[in-house]
Amino acid sequence: MSSETYAINDLKTRELEVPVATATEALGPDNGVRLRVDELSAYYGKVQAVKQVSMAIRTHKVTALIGPSGCGKSTFIRCLNRMHELTPGARVEGKVLLDEQDLYGTGVDPVDVRRRVGMVFQKPNPFPNMSVRDNVIAGFRLNGVRDRKTLDEVVEKSLRGAALWDEVKDNLQKSGASLSGGQQQRLCIARALAVNPEVLLMDEPCSALDPIATAKIEELIHELKEQVTIVIVTHNMQQAARVSDFTAFFYLGELVEFGETGKLFTAPEKRQTEDYITGRFG
Amino acid sequence: MNRHFRFRKFVEWANWVGMLCCISVSVFFLVAILGYVLVHGASYIDWEFLTAMPVPAGETGGGIANALVGSFLVVMVASLMALPIGIGAAIFINEFPSHGFGRTVRFLAEVLTGVPSIVVGLFAYALVVVPSGGFSAFSGSVAYAFIMVPIILITAHEALRLVPDSLREASLALGIPKWRTIMGVVLPVSSRALITGAVLAISRALGEAAPMLFTAFGNSFWNVNLTKPIATVPLLIYTYATGPYDDWHQKAWAASFVLLVVVLLTSVLTRAFLRGNSNE
Amino acid sequence: MAGDEVTLETLHRALPGVKPVGARRQVVNLGDWLFYIVAKSLALLVIVLALLLVADLCRGASEAIRQFGLKFLVGTTWDPVTHQFSTLPTVIGTLVKGFIALLLAVPVSIGSAIFLTCYTPRWLRPVISYPIELLAGIPSIIFGMWALFAMVPVIRVIQIWLKAHFGWFFLFDGPAVYGVGVLSGSIILFIMITPIITAISKEILLTVPRAQIEGMLALGSTQWEAIWKVALPFSRIGLFGAVILGLGRAVGETMAVTMVGGNSFAMIHSLFDPVHSMASQIASEFSEATYSLYVSSLIYAGLVLFGITILISLMAQFLIWRISKGKLALLD
Repeated sequence: MSSETYAINDLKTRELEVPVATATEALGPDNGVRLRVDELSAYYGKVQAVKQVSMAIRTHKVTALIGPSGCGKSTFIRCLNRMHELTPGARVEGKVLLDEQDLYGTGVDPVDVRRRVGMVFQKPNPFPNMSVRDNVIAGFRLNGVRDRKTLDEVVEKSLRGAALWDEVKDNLQKSGASLSGGQQQRLCIARALAVNPEVLLMDEPCSALDPIATAKIEELIHELKEQVTIVIVTHNMQQAARVSDFTAFFYLGELVEFGETGKLFTAPEKRQTEDYITGRFG
Repeated sequence: MNRHFRFRKFVEWANWVGMLCCISVSVFFLVAILGYVLVHGASYIDWEFLTAMPVPAGETGGGIANALVGSFLVVMVASLMALPIGIGAAIFINEFPSHGFGRTVRFLAEVLTGVPSIVVGLFAYALVVVPSGGFSAFSGSVAYAFIMVPIILITAHEALRLVPDSLREASLALGIPKWRTIMGVVLPVSSRALITGAVLAISRALGEAAPMLFTAFGNSFWNVNLTKPIATVPLLIYTYATGPYDDWHQKAWAASFVLLVVVLLTSVLTRAFLRGNSNE
Repeated sequence: MAGDEVTLETLHRALPGVKPVGARRQVVNLGDWLFYIVAKSLALLVIVLALLLVADLCRGASEAIRQFGLKFLVGTTWDPVTHQFSTLPTVIGTLVKGFIALLLAVPVSIGSAIFLTCYTPRWLRPVISYPIELLAGIPSIIFGMWALFAMVPVIRVIQIWLKAHFGWFFLFDGPAVYGVGVLSGSIILFIMITPIITAISKEILLTVPRAQIEGMLALGSTQWEAIWKVALPFSRIGLFGAVILGLGRAVGETMAVTMVGGNSFAMIHSLFDPVHSMASQIASEFSEATYSLYVSSLIYAGLVLFGITILISLMAQFLIWRISKGKLALLD
């Protein structure tokens, strides 16, 4: 996957390589769906930030959420791993089904949900009091797991998976906060991968990074989707076009359009989508 | 016009001089007090003073070992009581939002810092000495703990507030329960400020004499039994300073010097310790 | 790779909360719930301790309250022999010493704060203010020592001179030779509360927006005029709060005042009279209180002192809280 940038006009003429399998997958209703969202609504007190959104997130694919500021995409993604409810006064209605199990069902522990649906945040947040190594396995150590030998294997596997191993392998004891911005974000990705989640949520992971670091992470996303299903929020449309297989366009809390990335960017069905993509607002 | 302007200039200059005088007064007293204690106290310090027991009143020689040990013991027991309460309450206020209950506790703590230490002594007297029938080191610890809890609570609360929410989110998003997040991430990250607050509270308690007047009560002999009266340094200073013997006065100066050194060192070290945190 | 998967699987199963799809579980983690209960209990304990303080003081003072009621506050007799107790002289003594200390402290400390914030280059500021803040942390017993041995002899000389030359003035018409008395007590209190008021005032003055000061200066005012007309009115409430806090400290101070404030029970007539403050009376007489009404009366006096300081403290907290919205951590 090359990291050329595309001018907005090029999108209409660019030919996306869409694997045949994906085309047929997109048709079948239950075919290869990892997360199914059913009439999800999210509230901050009385304000409704997400309005009855339904979508299907495909296994081992990258789904991008785009839209102008305040459209609810960040709130939506935080509902997928039950982080939204941590805000005082926040409330969620509807269902989120991970492999047919409702994550909001009675008897489901949010802690369990968050282990299976991981998250990487906009601003890299490695734990400053821990070394690189300890940051990667924080999900284990903070839960009291201490098997040294296996944890070492986890460290290497996760750092390789995040394309960070070669850069830090001789400095695992350095503080997590001593790395560069891009490295810190990859460390956070490694940390999230270490606990083997089924879905990885990424909330604008590159917006605090320089273009080179951004390119590295976009490359990483391509490799990662073989292991884990990815949902990424981005305010950068070109980035969505570059990395994702499916795109969802949000506006004022509603899901306006959802479809294969190539199709959405070249031949959007809704007028609003087209206006946003061509830069008429947002 | 010129004269008026000159007058305003004069007023400006006069006020500058006035302010300078004010600050000189503050600095003057600081130097006077520290200098006096240094001069009168330092020369009497020797190994015997720090390690020997007091001699009968009026005789020279001997030391304040019992008071040094006594202060240490009473403050340590007080810390064992005050630290969990202060830090635990601060954790509750900061990590579990609670519709004003937390704010009430914090406000209460700020008000409690204004309670005179003699009143705290009366409280410990009524709470511990009366039911138990006699003065004891433990009642002194209770008094000190009461003084320490608000200080620890307030400094711990501020320390916890400084921990960015992004770290809590990162931990929770990994599937780590909230209590492990607090113990494994929030507390270690804020540890420097927490320790500083604890040390400040301890240093404050070490210097308080008034609460000891009717709790620990003082003791001319060696005692490490918490249920009996015990000597503490500040109370010893008071007893010796207001006593009739010159040797006692001399010892009071030396003990003041020791106390001053401990308090000043604590203040300087905690500042440096805390500043080291912001450099990371 | 297969071997890897097996060990990682085992590892992942070791994490708490990993259950197969569909298993029933408690929604709230047991650990979280326990932790919450313990933390909440500790917070409640703080409230309980405060209430216990008030309750115990009232209980201890109850005998005296029943005996004397509110006459305790206005009577002028304190005689252990005839079992007559009242506190008006000591209340007056406390308040007079406190207010004189405040009278001296306010100009000096606010002046120092203004000097530090407006006339000192930024690099020099911590050099001067740091020692002053150190002074705030010195134990009161050490202030008392210095006051007793270093200050009182000097005050005595001054008092004798004042009496000789101005003895007709009622303030100087008293036992000058003691050295200990209202004047000494007030002065040591002044020295003790100045650092605190200075430190808080400095913080308050630093919150004045530079833009407002610069606006005045741009209009051609002198530095002092800008301070007087802009900075001080802006920070008026906060400074008042700092002053009130200082008063609270002065009223509650025990050891230093016991040592040099004079220990006698009488209505004061001059600056040289020795007189107890409430705190120094309790400190001096408690160990000699041999019967329960005596003890109870002393505790009653403590309750009155507590009431006064709580009122002052509440006022100060309210003012400072409003200004800084809780950002000022403890400055003691």
